[in-house]
Amino acid sequence: MQKVFGYPRALTSKRTHYCPGCTHGIVHRLVAEAIDDLGIQEQTIGIAPVGCAVLAYEYFDVDFQEAAHGRAPAVATGIKRVHPDAVVFSYQGDGDLASIGTAEIVHAAARGENITVIFINNTVYGMTGGQMAPTTLPGQKTTTSPYGRDTTKVGFPIRVSEMLATLDGPSYIERVSVHDPKHIIKAGRAIRKAFEMQIAGKGFSLVEVLSTCPTNWGLTPIKALERLKEQMIPYYPLGVFRSPEEVAEE
Amino acid sequence: MTYEIICAGFGGQGVMLIGELLAYGGMLEGKNVTWFPSYGPEMRGGTANCSVVISDQPVGSPIVSEPDGLIAMNGPSLEKFKATVKPGGAIVYNASMIETASEMPGLKMLPVPSNEIASELGNNKVANMVALGAFIGLTKVITLSSAVKALEHVLPARHHKLIPLNVAALEKGLALVK
Amino acid sequence: MERVMMKGNEALAEGAIRAGCRFFFGYPITPQNEIPEYMARRMPEVNGVFLQAESEVSAINMIYGAGGAGGRALTSSSSPGISLKQEGISYLAGAQVPCVIVNVARGGPGLGGLGPSQSDYFQATKGGGHGDYHLIVYAPGTAQEMVDLIGLAFDKAEEYRNPVMILSDAIMGQMMEPVVLPEMREVTADQPWATTGKKGRAKPNVINSLGIVGEDLERINIELQEKYKKIVDNEIRYEADGIDDADLIVVAYGTTSRVARSALNMLRAEGKKVGLLRPITLWPFPKPILSELAAEGKRFLVVEMSVGQLVEDVILAVNDRAKVDFFGKLNGSVPTVREVYNEINALLQKGGA
Ligand SMILES: Cc1ncc(C[n+]2csc(CCOP(=O)(O)OP(=O)(O)O)c2C)c(N)n1
Ligand code: SF4
Repeated sequence: MQKVFGYPRALTSKRTHYCPGCTHGIVHRLVAEAIDDLGIQEQTIGIAPVGCAVLAYEYFDVDFQEAAHGRAPAVATGIKRVHPDAVVFSYQGDGDLASIGTAEIVHAAARGENITVIFINNTVYGMTGGQMAPTTLPGQKTTTSPYGRDTTKVGFPIRVSEMLATLDGPSYIERVSVHDPKHIIKAGRAIRKAFEMQIAGKGFSLVEVLSTCPTNWGLTPIKALERLKEQMIPYYPLGVFRSPEEVAEE
Repeated sequence: MTYEIICAGFGGQGVMLIGELLAYGGMLEGKNVTWFPSYGPEMRGGTANCSVVISDQPVGSPIVSEPDGLIAMNGPSLEKFKATVKPGGAIVYNASMIETASEMPGLKMLPVPSNEIASELGNNKVANMVALGAFIGLTKVITLSSAVKALEHVLPARHHKLIPLNVAALEKGLALVK
Repeated sequence: MERVMMKGNEALAEGAIRAGCRFFFGYPITPQNEIPEYMARRMPEVNGVFLQAESEVSAINMIYGAGGAGGRALTSSSSPGISLKQEGISYLAGAQVPCVIVNVARGGPGLGGLGPSQSDYFQATKGGGHGDYHLIVYAPGTAQEMVDLIGLAFDKAEEYRNPVMILSDAIMGQMMEPVVLPEMREVTADQPWATTGKKGRAKPNVINSLGIVGEDLERINIELQEKYKKIVDNEIRYEADGIDDADLIVVAYGTTSRVARSALNMLRAEGKKVGLLRPITLWPFPKPILSELAAEGKRFLVVEMSVGQLVEDVILAVNDRAKVDFFGKLNGSVPTVREVYNEINALLQKGGA
């Protein structure tokens, strides 16, 4: 009989520290399932960010390095150059990737570095208590934008997927969401595809996952999922911004 | 005279607030005071506590490890801190959440059915105030009127309409001691 | 004077605003988030600027620009972020740009923990970035000193055209204490060296730390050293408590000085002759007084939340004329009053004093 549901082998049995209703846990599972499906647990090396996912190395049953805040793509580069056959992925929040680590992500993408990036966009700094992130929506209140994000003073959110898709280096970039089962399945597929690109040696792949932070949004988990769907997706449209086909044609 | 207090309970029971009221009340009486919260990783796991020092002299350590008085709003807090209370010290504990507590020799222990009394007042949230009222009655560390005045400073303006309810809860708690 | 209860971090932020600071650039990091969060609310009320930078590297370079343009500029961070700022701090020192940098220190190395720590003492007082330079470093011991020293820090930064650091820690930042806030000060910047636009000046003003031509670098360094000497001669601050008749003197700053004070009060109540010397400036270091006390035959115990950094400066000041003992904590936690009390008692017994 075929097993249809089980606990991913690539996850440890440790209970995560994520808040109730936080979607970090779902994305961990999707990444682990992709690793299981592709049978790459033995050769996968992850890079944990500084952010709520800082303890990712406790939850994935694969080798891991913990990076300084924002530097995961550079660390991943170092690892990949030593072990070109390893499957190397970084897992980063929006503060980590799109603020302090902008230089690292842009240049890893521009180099077409053959790594996979799982990018969690939850429009706030989770770990430090809800400050404004580069992805915070216009008008959104955070602890450092207490009057709402004022675009005339602090500018506009960064659409990371679109921005990186302007570069020639990346092979695959997709933005997905995890607000309902249908989208979760799609997100899982995207993550798997990103790893496949890397394994095929096609170069840089990134999946941006629209995610929730009920704690710092001050919303219940259900309301947080609604906000994701109703407010984030219109600003951050889902879709493929760079596709394997495009690359294959070149 | 230096009086040191630990207020402890679950997050959401308002133990930080009663600690602040003690400190603010002490300040209004012209004393030197400090208030120090548990923070960061300690807070994960749902327990919260704060240290309060009220003194005639400049306050040294703001972190209390051997309190003169303890307010424990739940069982784990009582278990964690009761043995640290100084001989001759006082413990007020929330009898609504702690069924039995073994006597501690040399300590004054006062069980307070805080949640029941708060419910009688129509708002479970003021259980912390009931316990604080009892603590003030038992220890006289600050006066009731200082605690009442402190409420105006510590509560944000949008909650000032709740002051009468809080005062009623403080008085109910205080009355338990007489 | 009205006393209000404030968290150390917020007292510092309000103190900065009242001292005329109108420019804050920072990046979130625990345990200093109350400072930027306070500034985010407060700066718009005083027509000031709060800007969350994309990183600490950017924040410190915004400070370089704002300070160099004559603004009263503040940044704050905690240990890992302060490490990132070191390049900028070296440039600020080299170009002699006044500004204030706050480090609400936490335990390291690396990502470390969120607990309080004093293990950034070397970084703060001995450089941290490259080159022969010094910051003036203040270590507040109360919420009131947060307010008072931040004001002083801006004044001294401008007086000496030198970056100033406030070295605080998680406890000092999170603790609430009564403070008396000073009146709001109007600061009329009169900084003839600042880049403001040439506006009738014959020569343009240039903010720069490059000394590549001829004897330039030597001249710059001589000038800096002369300035540092003036600071050493004039700016040392410390608090001495009960040192005159003391056999043993505890040396500690910030949080540990407060723990030590509690322990010393207990010991003095028992008739023990013990005192406290609390450096308020960590640089310039209160070397002369320590040297004097050593000559009088006192012995010292240094209490720190580190493996021993301040203790090295005490040993240098004492220069073999007195015994220096050390008690440290390295787990991002604070020594208890009882631990310090026991340590001192043991020393007093061992010493046969
Ligand atoms: C150099 C440095 N600066 C700042 C921090 C503090 N810090 C920890 S996590 C974080 C940002 C977290 O936000 P994000 O990357 O969006 O991830 P999330 O927590 O939301 O998953 C920051 C600023 C740090 N650890 N190191
Ligand atoms: S703070 Fe936000 S991002 Fe972090 S674990 Fe909690 S819900 Fe998730």
